[in-house]
Amino acid sequence: MKILVAVKRVIDYNVKVRVKADQSDVDLSNVKMALNPFCEIAVEEAVRLKEKGTAEEIVVVSIGPKACQEQIRTALALGADRGIHVETDTMPDSLGAAKLLSKVVAEEQPQLVILGKQAIDSDNNQTGQMLAALTDMPQGTFASEVKINDGKVQVTREVDGGLQTVELTLPAVVTTDLRLNEPRYASLPNIMKAKRKPLDVKTPADLGVELAAKVALLKVEPPAERSAGVKVADVAELVEKLKNEAKVL
Amino acid sequence: MSILVIAEHDNKTLNPATLKTLTAAQAMGDDVHVLVAGEGCGAVAEAAAQAAGVQKVFCADHAAYAHQLAENISALVVSLAEGYSHIVAPATTTGKNFMPRVAVLLDVAQISDIISVEAPDTFRRPIYAGNAIATVQCQQAVKVITVRATAFDAVAADGGQGLVTSLDAVFESDKVRFVGEQVAASERPDLAAARVVISGGRGMQNGENFALLEKVADKLGAAIGASRAAVDAGFVPNDMQVGQTGKIVAPELYIAVGISGAIQHLAGMKDSKVIVAINKDEEAPIFQVADYGLVADLFEVLPQLESALS
Ligand SMILES: Cc1cc2nc3c(=O)[nH]c(=O)nc-3n(C[C@H](O)[C@H](O)[C@H](O)COP(=O)(O)OP(=O)(O)OC[C@H]3O[C@@H](n4cnc5c(N)ncnc54)[C@H](O)[C@@H]3O)c2cc1C
Ligand SMILES: Nc1ncnc2c1ncn2[C@@H]1O[C@H](COP(=O)(O)O)[C@@H](O)[C@H]1O
Repeated sequence: MKILVAVKRVIDYNVKVRVKADQSDVDLSNVKMALNPFCEIAVEEAVRLKEKGTAEEIVVVSIGPKACQEQIRTALALGADRGIHVETDTMPDSLGAAKLLSKVVAEEQPQLVILGKQAIDSDNNQTGQMLAALTDMPQGTFASEVKINDGKVQVTREVDGGLQTVELTLPAVVTTDLRLNEPRYASLPNIMKAKRKPLDVKTPADLGVELAAKVALLKVEPPAERSAGVKVADVAELVEKLKNEAKVL
Repeated sequence: MSILVIAEHDNKTLNPATLKTLTAAQAMGDDVHVLVAGEGCGAVAEAAAQAAGVQKVFCADHAAYAHQLAENISALVVSLAEGYSHIVAPATTTGKNFMPRVAVLLDVAQISDIISVEAPDTFRRPIYAGNAIATVQCQQAVKVITVRATAFDAVAADGGQGLVTSLDAVFESDKVRFVGEQVAASERPDLAAARVVISGGRGMQNGENFALLEKVADKLGAAIGASRAAVDAGFVPNDMQVGQTGKIVAPELYIAVGISGAIQHLAGMKDSKVIVAINKDEEAPIFQVADYGLVADLFEVLPQLESALS
């Protein structure tokens, strides 16, 4: 079967973001960018399904400015077979991304689409669910285990109360949670090989989608700073302070 | 303006996150309705009707809604959507699962995890693991929103006189089937709503050592949480993870034990009223947000803390 994996280019998770002085947005100039960690897990899962013989082809798609091709190459180095870049000047919101992805799904007809559960920049956690609704595919979000059998996929989901397992008829959408797998590192030979793998570039117009931001960003501010408090010498002092100063005991 | 709130519940009781979401909803408009979709959930609908300020409750009681499958719940919500200016749910794993579907089926964007209502069309929400707070304005005819419950007080659980109406509509996808669940049974308070939370990290070394935290938690009536590292290592189950991509907590007292304080962890707890950190590394970033820091070996101080609280 064919698997489509959607990957987003985001700020590296180790970077501490700063807000621009004019409060118009966060400052992303000269910061390290990377594959969204949940998307890395999505690519890894697809590659494992291919290694097991369940999948034959892995197509990876990323939407956004030209630089997204770096993340597509990373995914190709990790084991995806070919890439699709949907080029837009600015990153679309989750609704826009889902609409574009639904058109890619219509063209590629994958049996399984894997996305991250959440992009660590917008922290939206929306695109996979939106894509599933648009394509009328069932969804297994926040997956910690994925098992494919007989035209169905069983997804174990990390939910607030513990774990929930659902069975979906393929084609289906899965979004990844942290425990699904531990992504590998790309080897140097695979990084070299990835440079020669096919990468198609399309525009939203090619896919027949007109993007429109439906939510306006008025302002971006730093969060209220928490200042460091005091160090206590021992447990006795800690308990005394919690009782008499903080009054939480 | 009419606001539709989708209740979070387990078919038996109304989750407190719903009462907090109602506070956010009432800041958007006065005419607040609640949808309770589940199976055998009549008592939940009654409870919702008594919540302060609720005008109307829809109760959809059917096996199709028993497990909150997103395909079914979102179709039901969309069938009710007409006439509402806002559709709102708590940002729990359930709300996060079906609300984006509601939005896209209505062809609107969804706003995740709001922490304040500035105006009926303007909201604040954290982005980048809480390292920035965005103010967003949404002029769509219907606004589809999930609410970070910890950022709002609860409305009173009684005093309301909502009218309960049953819904017969059944939306049931044949492409998804509930197989089973593993629900963490615990006598302890719910992590997301507890007054005190004590969390352990990689420094706990293994799952057995969490017994040290449990003994302290018993004295404090606390819920127990964990860092991602502790969950990934298999010390404790996933539903205990606090952080950017786990649970958000904001208790009166948060005690972090053997947790370094990575931004992804801080994102889930730094709005706690009082933070205590116990860590043997005095350079650990957790101390930068802690009101009270104790530089010590957790294996020495946890038993001491237990007896000091006796
Ligand atoms: C996409 C993504 C999402 C993430 N989401 C989350 C999330 O939701 N929640 C989360 O928590 N993390 C999350 N993380 C992980 C996060 O970046 C950190 O790796 C994690 O929080 C570290 O956990 P820790 O503090 O327990 O472990 P460590 O960083 O290893 O810290 C262990 C601490 O224990 C102390 N210690 C060790 N032994 C003792 C002792 N005997 N006594 C006292 N102190 C001791 C050490 O000094 C150290 O400070 C995420 C990461 C990514 C990339
Ligand atoms: N611009 C994009 N390009 C490709 N995939 C995306 C894009 N935006 C979101 N996604 C996918 O949707 C997931 C969830 O993102 P979000 O819903 O925006 O938090 C990501 O992990 C990606 O798999």
